[in-house]
Amino acid sequence: MNPANYIVLSAVLFSIGAIGVLVRRNAIVVFMSIELMLNAANLAFVSFARMNGNLDGQTVAFFVMVVAAAEVVVGLAIIVTIFRTRRTASIDEPNLLKY
Amino acid sequence: MTTFPWLTTLMVVPLVGSIIVALLPSARAALAKQLALVFSLATLVLTVLMALQFQGDSTEPFQFVESHPWIPAFGISYSVGVDGIALVLVALAATLVPIVVLAGWNDVDDSRGSVKGYFALILVLETLMIGVFSATDVFLFYVFFEVMLIPTYFLIGRYGGLQRSYAAVKFLLYSLVGGLFMLAALIGLFVVSAQLTGQGTFDFLSLAGLDIDENTQKLLFVGFFLAFAVKAPLWPFHTWLPDAAAEAKVGTSVLLIGVLDKVGTFGMIRYLLPIFPAASDFYAPFVIALALIGIFYGAYVALGQNDMKRLFAYSSMSHFGFITLGIFVFTTTGQSGSVVYMVAHGLSTAALFLTAGFLMSRYHGSSLISDYGGVNKAAPVLSGFFMIAALSSLALPGMVSFVGEFMVLLGSFQRYLWIGAIATLGIVITAAYVLRLYQKSMTGPLKPELEGMRDLGGREVTALVPVAALIIVLGLFPAPLLNVINPAVQQTMTSVGATDPAPTIQSAGLPAEGADQ
Amino acid sequence: MTELMPAEGVFSLIWLLIALPLAGSAVLIFGGRRTNSWGPYLAILMVVGSAALGWTMLLSMMQNSPEQRTFDQTLYSWVFAGSFQADMAFQLDQLSMVFVLLITTVGALIHIYSLGYMAHDANRRKFFGYLNLFVAAMLILVLANNYLLLYVGWEGVGLTSYLLIGFWLHKPAAAAAAKKAFIINRVGDVGLSLAIMLLFVTFGSVSFQDVFGVADQASEGTLTAIGLLLLLAAAGKSAQFPLQAWLLDAMEGPTPVSALIHAATMVTAGVYLIVRSNVVFTAAEWAATAVIIVGVITMWMGAIIGSAKDDIKKSLAGSTMSQIGYMITAAGLGPIGYVFAIFHLLTHGVFKAGLFLGAGSVMHGMRDNVNMRRYGALMGLMGITAVTFIIDYLAIIGIPPFAGFWSKDSIIHAAFEKSTLVGILAMLAAGLTGFYMTRMVAMTFFGKARWEDDEHPHESPKVMTIPLIILAIGATFLGMALLFWGNIKTWLEPVTGLEEVELPLPELAYGGMTLVLVIIGSVIAWVMYARRSVPVEAPRGSWLTRAARNELYGNEVNDVLVVRPSYHASRALVWFDNRGVDGLVNGTAAFVGGLSGRLRRYQTGFARSYALSMVGGAVLVVLALVLVRAS
Repeated sequence: MNPANYIVLSAVLFSIGAIGVLVRRNAIVVFMSIELMLNAANLAFVSFARMNGNLDGQTVAFFVMVVAAAEVVVGLAIIVTIFRTRRTASIDEPNLLKY
Repeated sequence: MTTFPWLTTLMVVPLVGSIIVALLPSARAALAKQLALVFSLATLVLTVLMALQFQGDSTEPFQFVESHPWIPAFGISYSVGVDGIALVLVALAATLVPIVVLAGWNDVDDSRGSVKGYFALILVLETLMIGVFSATDVFLFYVFFEVMLIPTYFLIGRYGGLQRSYAAVKFLLYSLVGGLFMLAALIGLFVVSAQLTGQGTFDFLSLAGLDIDENTQKLLFVGFFLAFAVKAPLWPFHTWLPDAAAEAKVGTSVLLIGVLDKVGTFGMIRYLLPIFPAASDFYAPFVIALALIGIFYGAYVALGQNDMKRLFAYSSMSHFGFITLGIFVFTTTGQSGSVVYMVAHGLSTAALFLTAGFLMSRYHGSSLISDYGGVNKAAPVLSGFFMIAALSSLALPGMVSFVGEFMVLLGSFQRYLWIGAIATLGIVITAAYVLRLYQKSMTGPLKPELEGMRDLGGREVTALVPVAALIIVLGLFPAPLLNVINPAVQQTMTSVGATDPAPTIQSAGLPAEGADQ
Repeated sequence: MTELMPAEGVFSLIWLLIALPLAGSAVLIFGGRRTNSWGPYLAILMVVGSAALGWTMLLSMMQNSPEQRTFDQTLYSWVFAGSFQADMAFQLDQLSMVFVLLITTVGALIHIYSLGYMAHDANRRKFFGYLNLFVAAMLILVLANNYLLLYVGWEGVGLTSYLLIGFWLHKPAAAAAAKKAFIINRVGDVGLSLAIMLLFVTFGSVSFQDVFGVADQASEGTLTAIGLLLLLAAAGKSAQFPLQAWLLDAMEGPTPVSALIHAATMVTAGVYLIVRSNVVFTAAEWAATAVIIVGVITMWMGAIIGSAKDDIKKSLAGSTMSQIGYMITAAGLGPIGYVFAIFHLLTHGVFKAGLFLGAGSVMHGMRDNVNMRRYGALMGLMGITAVTFIIDYLAIIGIPPFAGFWSKDSIIHAAFEKSTLVGILAMLAAGLTGFYMTRMVAMTFFGKARWEDDEHPHESPKVMTIPLIILAIGATFLGMALLFWGNIKTWLEPVTGLEEVELPLPELAYGGMTLVLVIIGSVIAWVMYARRSVPVEAPRGSWLTRAARNELYGNEVNDVLVVRPSYHASRALVWFDNRGVDGLVNGTAAFVGGLSGRLRRYQTGFARSYALSMVGGAVLVVLALVLVRAS
């Protein structure tokens, strides 16, 4: 199969993720969209590694996974804390740090 | 020549003193003051010992030289050494610090800022002042130049008057902007030296020996000049000075205007002229114009001030105009005169600010002239010192400021007849604002609120006597200054390639050219 | 050219002439209250010591031949850089010698007089300290061997004049007068500074010896410029037109000060300067003419002001201006006049000091009242003061054989030799002198008593009258002594040169005409002020009287031309500095601050809009990359 298709898929997934981040208000959904973008990037890395016959892309994909896992831990913890104190999962509500 | 590291010792002694003072417990304020005085006096003694070994007729460009590599990759080294010009300025700094410490004995209390902090900062400042005058590596000079801002910033910002933070920030920003231009020019200079010799350097003597392309010189000159013009302050870069002087403690003002600002004019004569001779020549008319404007502008604004400290600040601006004028007319008399004037101005500024400070401490710290009147009747000794300071400021013949001012004017007159003549008119306005101040504050009937004002005490007289004595003694016998300054100025003149205009008519009985003792 | 003699023997002590009073002043000024009791006596001792030394030097000098009477003493190099060199060095020649004697001798008498006059002043010690300082500075002025050192003395006397005019600092008028005197003198100092610079630029030296040796090689334009600058300096110090306005105000000082500084010595420094620089003025015709014009104008201004003032000291001050006008005129006449300028300066120094001290003695007995309209009929009550005053009066109006006759007559002769117009003006001014001096004597000592109630005029103590007597003796005999016995013309000739006067009419004719004019002036004054009664309130008077009372509007002119423009310039610049220059600086700061305030608003707190801007940015970067790749 043409490896370029994987790249296209990756781009599509990334765009879906990005749009999801931009349009959805629920923090959990935004979070999942971010995961989608990360995985799209992973897919691109792996595909490029395959196309170039170079293992660097695969290595980086592992790094991304580790970072994503850590991010999930911290991010979910923040979201849960906000939900507990403010009874909302919307990301538009907490704006104390503006200006 | 001794191998003893004189200059490093001079810098280390106050630094050690400062650390010790800073580490004292806050409750031991009296001890902090005493230690500060001891360390500054020790520095003074060392400076005198060093100055006695200085050889006026030496052919070496610098004496007491020390050099250690610092960042060899960029040709930066810790190199210090003094010529006659730097020597007298180091001596000025070392003289004024103990006086300021003594005079400021009761100026700070625990209500605002810590007592020990004030004296520790002054000692740090002394280290840096000695460093900046004795650096012979341009990068080292720059480092001292910028680091000096930090203790000064805290001295103004922590221990000043009501608007101290405004004044401190203004001072800092002004100086940083100037310093930034200098940094850019400094890097440019390094690059140029690398291009010309293959090995970049910051060593002053190597840089002065370079033959830099004229257009490059013109660019780099501007960078250095802006930094020095802010520091010295030349018109129109002066507005930080009145605020800083008015808000800072008088001791800080003495060091700020009396010594720190001299770094600007010192930088001009030490760095600008020898490193950028062609550009100096090119920009001279422009700088002279700024200096002339400064002389009259400062004097006229001083005439209209109702605040003593601001008045002194503007008068200093006027005097810096004279100093700059003397440097940029490229005559021996003008440049020697400028250096003498720097010393004289340091001394008269100290006398003025300190006496004014003593006066203000007797009436709620008010610096408004209109709050005073008839002080002569209540405090004749104070008023007498005020008179001496005022006369020194207006350059009365017989005082050291006259020697400087006359030489500057003569030097200008030799080169540009009309500029010298116009600048001479400045002495009338100087007299007007100085005597107006004296008349309003010291003479007339004593104000009822000032009834029972104390005259100067022993400590205060002790602080003022050395300054007054130096002003008069050096005025009648300036040879100790001139003997060390003249050879250094001669070197500068040679490196710029300037010669004095010859007299129209050579008198018969006159000694041959350059036969000064 | 005269020989320069090394300072040996008694002349090795030239420095001591100055050092004595200088040491006295240092002890008194810095010694504090401890010296209150004996300080004044020390001051007198110092000046008397200086005077004795001066007279010894005169005797010693007279034993040398006229060409060997210039002694030079160099102490050390003072200011030097490049080819500039000014030494701390003194030169004593015939001209300096007569000044040294005038300063120290009259100075000593005035010191003694002050002992009585200032007896009750709390700051008497300081007063004597300043007087000593003045004597020292004045001696530096006349003994300097170069212009720069002369400048030190020049400003030194200006400073002591400032300190002494404002001696009663608690009086605002005194403080203002002192400041005014200093500032106007500073204008003159600009002239002196520039003259010194021009001398150096032209001749490469500022010492008298070097400059005068080659002065004739300079172009006339340069010499004229130097001469005019020196004239400006002289006008400031000697209260000549247009810098005359300070002298009348200076009368706020204690009377001995007016006598010593503002009559006998300091104000004549301008004459000294011109005569000392005679080589320059002889070679520069135009400068010399300017000197004459200034002298004649001031001669008349002073006399007119003196005729209208009711304040005895201010009237005398007007007279001083006028008499110095005579000297300046004489100094402008060239070699025929230099000697007579100095001659008149010496006699004037003696009799004018006597007049001022006499006025002081009158004031002393009248509770410091200076208004002559409140005097009258004091002849009987103050015998010694009156008699000595009248002798000095006869000397100043020029009645033979008193001192002023000889000196003033010589000037008038010389003026006729130079120009008939100047001669006539000088002669008429002599008539006016007769008028105002007779007016003063008549109003003070004769006529009816117009004293304020409960006034008890009395004679002054001996310590004051004895100096008066000595000065009156001087006023009687000094003219004849200097002319016939001392032979002042040949004495000064080596320094100033000399040209004999040749006149179309016999000398006696000019002397006679002057005398007639003086007598006419005196008789008119006598009729107006001794025969008729003098109103206590001054009548309005003619426009000329009113103008003269207002000092011919000199202050108003200064005010309009100089003071107010300066004041406005200062106000405008203060405004400009705060609003303009500092406004620009603070404006920049405000602009940066305001901008950041605006930009802050874009931090809305909506996480998704941040995300959108990030995506937008990323898209832009990618587009840019693609475009760069494509091209």
